[in-house]
Order: sequence, then structure tokens, then C-alpha cells
Amino acid sequence: MSTPLLEVQHLTMRFGGLTAVDDLSFTAREREITALIGPNGAGKTTVFNCLTGFYRPSAGTMILHRGGRKYQLERMEGHRVARIAGVARTFQNIRLFVGMTLLENLIVAQHDELMRASMFSVAGLFGFSPYRRAEKAAVQKARYWLDRLELTASADLPAGGLSYGDRRRLEIARAMCTGPTLLCLDEPAAGLNPRESDRLNELLLSIRDQHRIGLLLIEHDMKVVMGISDHVVVLDYGKKIADGKPVEIQHDPAVIRAYLGEPEPSFETEPSASPRDEDR
Amino acid sequence: MTAEAGVAAPHRALPKSFAWGALVKDAAIGAAVALVLAVPLVGFRVVEINGDVTLTTRFTWVGIGVVSVFVGRLALGLWRGSRPAERKRSGALVAPLSRFGRRHATGVAWAGIGFAAILQFLPFTTRGTVDLATEILTYVMLGWGLNVVVGLAGLLDLGYVAFYAVGAYSFAITATTFGLSFWEALPIAGLLSALAGILLGFPVLRLRGDYLAIVTLGFGEIIHILLQNWTSLTGGPNGIGNIPRPGLFGLVFAASAPPGETTFHQFFGLDFSPSQRIDFLYYVVLALALIVNLFTLRLRRLPIGRAWEALREDEIACRALGINPTNVKLSAFAIGAMLGGFAGAFFATRQGFISPESFTFVESATILAIVVLGGMGSQMGVVLAAMVLVLLPELRFLAEYRMLIFGAAMVLIMIWRPGGLLSHRAPTILLHGARRP
Ligand SMILES: Nc1ncnc2c1ncn2[C@@H]1O[C@H](COP(=O)(O)OP(=O)(O)OP(=O)(O)O)[C@@H](O)[C@H]1O
Ligand SMILES: [Mg+2]
Repeated sequence: MSTPLLEVQHLTMRFGGLTAVDDLSFTAREREITALIGPNGAGKTTVFNCLTGFYRPSAGTMILHRGGRKYQLERMEGHRVARIAGVARTFQNIRLFVGMTLLENLIVAQHDELMRASMFSVAGLFGFSPYRRAEKAAVQKARYWLDRLELTASADLPAGGLSYGDRRRLEIARAMCTGPTLLCLDEPAAGLNPRESDRLNELLLSIRDQHRIGLLLIEHDMKVVMGISDHVVVLDYGKKIADGKPVEIQHDPAVIRAYLGEPEPSFETEPSASPRDEDR
Repeated sequence: MTAEAGVAAPHRALPKSFAWGALVKDAAIGAAVALVLAVPLVGFRVVEINGDVTLTTRFTWVGIGVVSVFVGRLALGLWRGSRPAERKRSGALVAPLSRFGRRHATGVAWAGIGFAAILQFLPFTTRGTVDLATEILTYVMLGWGLNVVVGLAGLLDLGYVAFYAVGAYSFAITATTFGLSFWEALPIAGLLSALAGILLGFPVLRLRGDYLAIVTLGFGEIIHILLQNWTSLTGGPNGIGNIPRPGLFGLVFAASAPPGETTFHQFFGLDFSPSQRIDFLYYVVLALALIVNLFTLRLRRLPIGRAWEALREDEIACRALGINPTNVKLSAFAIGAMLGGFAGAFFATRQGFISPESFTFVESATILAIVVLGGMGSQMGVVLAAMVLVLLPELRFLAEYRMLIFGAAMVLIMIWRPGGLLSHRAPTILLHGARRP
């Protein structure tokens, strides 16, 4: 088993009277895909927003290990979480820079390095060679991802013109261009057709195997979750109800109850719009 | 709504389901709005006869207005309903122009610069032409500066005139009190304006869209009021006079040189003519504008410029990529303000006299109109729009209707080309084809 990358302890997030995340603890590891699942409104996206500095949690700690150092994410601003701790994310409702080209999207993700290479624009303004080299390197990195997504031909077209599946994958590539230690993906397979979904699985598995990072995955599609994740955390009403290997989760009675009410479990179908009118 | 359905019909006759009811209702609503507006604006009039103030009414005018709105709206509805949608025709005049401009952007730019450079030697050029061209170029500079804030970073700034004013006044004050020349005081003016930009930037960092617009509008007014009332520094409503003119490497443009200096015409053995100074000022602003253009074009292709555009597109995504939105916004405000400050300094040196009257909201609105009309983010668009907005009121028979035409042009352009005259966005970097202008 690899070393822990992210340790979440007693994370709690309240919105007024609503406790969206309730005393949640879990661990994510390097070179593993940790899936965060749960019915609609379980608080999954809220966990991501806490992790990436968009929300300040009401209680709890989130510790990220990077290069032998520990970062307390709950104390950092959003942009520093991404830049310094290396937590990159995608959004449930894709957030690309739609007016900018694919290449530009991937270059903007490397802002920090380029900004330093351009000496806050001074060196860049005069086109000094260290900056030109840095820009070339950035283009190369972007090119690597474009090749990998098989989108190289559309590199100079606006991202807004991409198909839905390609947008999702470009958003992932953009997050990867920041050079993250932890990649958080919010429902990357939502709205994809089976073929696109397979390509996504391939991409995620190859990221896991080829880059030394951990992946945190929110997903409703059980085929994806069961197919590629190494470790699953199940949330219901903000509380963790199960935590373990996919096979264990599949047969956990508490999970089955949360997803389907009382009767038979059936993970072969996709319980993406899960019924949750049962009382609490 | 139903009238719209008729759009799909291939023939020109009115479709059977043509909704007269909806049409009449629409026209009636238009007329009602006209009535509500016209009664107070047109209906009543205060007249002064021999010192007595009386109120007269002009309800016939109101009636004419309301009826013409009703008829016009009805006619518009009929016209729309009866003809098939011809989307492609919209902006028939401008679209091919802009396509041409896009394809031959560099060529058009060089042609423009060449024309500007030899303008003075063209046969039809008079002193007035040069003056007008100088004014256009000042607005072009301002437009390019504001373009950084509004067009690239997407921060709606309604108080841009504030930085124009800060630049003009800091130049005027440093030049008159410390005896600095134009070229020495210019960087100081830019720096102080940039500082003002950062000062304004801080409180508005959290604001977006409408809220930002209102606060910047307020900032413009605050600066205006400050200029009017801080008499000891700014001279209040009397303004500041005797602002030094720029010289050319120590040569002054005057009939006779002050002791210890040489005049331009003496040095070159020419006869003195006041137009030498005007021509020189024109070249100064042309050079400044070109520098501003190069500077902003270059910045746009640097990480900072891409961050501006990314911020305009999606601030949240920027944060998730480790970009600090605060720094990006502040840098946009600072750079935009600095360029406005340069324009202000030039304005001050050209006029030789400045007062708060030159820095009112109308200026902000004009500069913003230039950016929006030109096409947000488009350098060439700004030039085009600045020409239109400065030249239109120059047509003598239109002078009285300046504001009316201004408004009508805005409305028409927003209908035909919502993105502005030239709304094409060129990528800042290309993977294929090393075509990097
Ligand atoms: N900013 C907020 N203010 C108030 N309530 C919020 C806020 N964000 C989330 N919530 C509430 O917290 C709960 C959890 O929401 P969250 O978006 O985390 O669910 P989710 O598990 O991501 O659901 P889904 O699968 O639908 O995306 C919901 O009841 C939601 O209404
Ligand atoms: Mg969610």
C-alpha cells in the first residue's frame, strides 16, 4: 500500500442549519483512485469545495503531504491550495475558458511557472530567452496532453466548440497541466455516452499509473466506480456510511439501503438518479 | 412569439396563423411606455415670460409621439413577421469588412500606420485635420488602455476618466511646480495613475459586473469632485494653466526661445510657424499610441494577458488553477490606469491648460463606447470606433444631434453586431502554423 497523500479528519461543513458534511474522515493515497460516492445531495461536492479552498470548513482538518511537507488545506486560500499544495480539480458543471483555444486553456493552467519565468512580465515583455524557453516547455506539455486526448488537430480552436465528452477530458488535462499531487474529479462521466465513458476510464487509469499522483473521484456511474477505483468512500446525508474496497462496498448493507431503500442491491444498473424520498 | 413562427415559412405572404392580437398588444405596450416617458419629458414645459415662470403643456406633441411609436412598432412587427429570417444579411456592410480585416490584419495595420505617418504631407490636410487626428489618436490611446480592463479582463469600469484626470493633473502639477519637462514628467504621471488604479482596485476586488460598474462610476465622480475642491493643489474650477509643451531633444517649439534654449525652427534654419508645434504634437501622440499598442499586444500574449482573459471567462476556474484573482485584477486596473495616465499627460501638454470640466462622466462614457463599439478586446476595432465617435459630431449639420446619433449608433450596432464592429478574437498562441504576428 502506498503512502497516505491526503488525510481528512472530522471534516464538518454547516450551511446555517444544514450540515452538508458531518464529521467525515478518510484517507486518499498516491497512485490510487479514491471514489467518493453517495446519493444526490450527500455532500460530495461540498467536500471538494472544502478541499480546494472554496469553502472554509466549520470544523476538522485536511492534511496534504507533498514532497515531505504537510499542508493544512483548511488554512489556505483557494488559489494557494492549487498552486502550493498541488490540489487540482474539475467541476461538476464544466468550467473551461470557452472563448480561448484548447492550447490556451492548457497554457493558462501553467500560469504560475510562466509568470515566474517572465519575471512578472518584465522579461516576457522584452522576449528574453529564459521566458521563451519556458513558454516552449509549456507548449510542449500542453501538446503532450492534446496528443493524449487526440485533440491536437483542434488545438487552435475555441474550447467552446468541443463535444461534451471532449470538454470533460480537456478539463482533466487542464487540471493535470498544473502539475498536481492530488486530482479531484467531480462527476467526470456525467452525460457521457458509453464510448466516451470508456475513453475516460482509460484516461483516468493511465493518469493513475503514469503520474505519481492520487485521484479523488466523485461519480454516480457505478460501472465507472466499480471498474476503476481502488478504494471507495460512501457518503449519505454528509455522514460516512462505508469505506473500503469496491467489492466490499458493493455488498455493504448500509450502502444498499442508502442507494435503493430496502430491497435487492443491483449495481449492474446505474442508480444515478437515486430515490431518496425515504424518511430520515 | 407567434409572429416569429412565421419566419420559417418559405413564402413571403403572411402566414395564416399571423397573430394580429399579439402584434397589436405589443404595439400598445410600446405606446404606453412612450406615453409614460413623454408626459413628463415632453408634455410639460416651464416657460419664463417677463420674469414670470409658468407651466405650459404640449400634449399634441405627446400624442404625435405616442401614435408614431404605436404605428412604428406595428410596422416593425409586420415587417419581421412577413419576411423570412435572413440572418446572414445582418451587418451586411460590416461583416465582409471585418472578414477582410481579419485576413489581412497586419497589412491593414501597416497601411493605417503608414497613412497616419504621412497624413501631414497629404494635399488635403489642413491644420484642422491634424488637430482632429490628434484628438482621435488620444481617444485611441484611451480606448486601448480601457480595453485592457474591460475588453481583456472583463471588468466593467465606468470611471476610467479618473485615471485620465490623475495622469493629466499629476503631469501638470509636477511640470509646473518642479519644472520637469514633458518627457521627464510622463513616467511619473503614468506611475501615479497606476497607483490610483491599484487604490481603486483594492476596494472593488470582490465586486463583479453591475456592482463594479457602479463603484467605478462613483470613483470617477470622487476624483472629479476632488479636483474641483482641492483648490490648493489643483486650482479648483480655475484649473492649471501654463503647462509646458513637449520639446524635441531640448529644442522648444516657440517663436523665440527662453534664455539658454534653442527653438526648433532656429536649429533647423526654418521660418517659425505655429503649425510646427501642432505637427510635432501629432507625432508625439502617434508615437505614444503605437507604443501603447505594442505594449498591450505584447502583454496579451504573456501569461499576465492570458490570465486577464481567463479571468474574464471564468474566475472560479482561475482560482482552481492556482491563479490569484486579486493580483490579476489589480494588474489589469494598474496597467489600464497607467495607459490612461499617459493619455492624460498628453492631453494636458497639448492643451496647456486643464480644469475639472475636461474630466466628466461623458468622457468615461465615450471611451467605454469606443471599446464596446469597436469590439471588446479588438485593437483595430478601437481605432475604427474612435474615428466614428470623433468624426461624427464634426459633420457640421449633425453637431446638434450628436448625442442622438451616438445613441442610435450604439443601438444599431448592438442589434447588428452585438460583439462590436470587429469582434474576432485572435488566439494568443498557436500550435499549428507558426503564424505569430
Ligand atoms: N453554498 C451552499 N449554501 C447552502 N447549502 C449548500 C451549499 N452548497 C451545498 N449546499 C447543500 O449541501 C448539501 C450537499 O450538497 P452537495 O452539492 O455537496 O451534494 P452532492 O453530493 O455533490 O450532490 P450531487 O450528486 O447532486 O452533485 C445539499 O443539501 C446542498 O443544498
Ligand atoms: Mg455534486
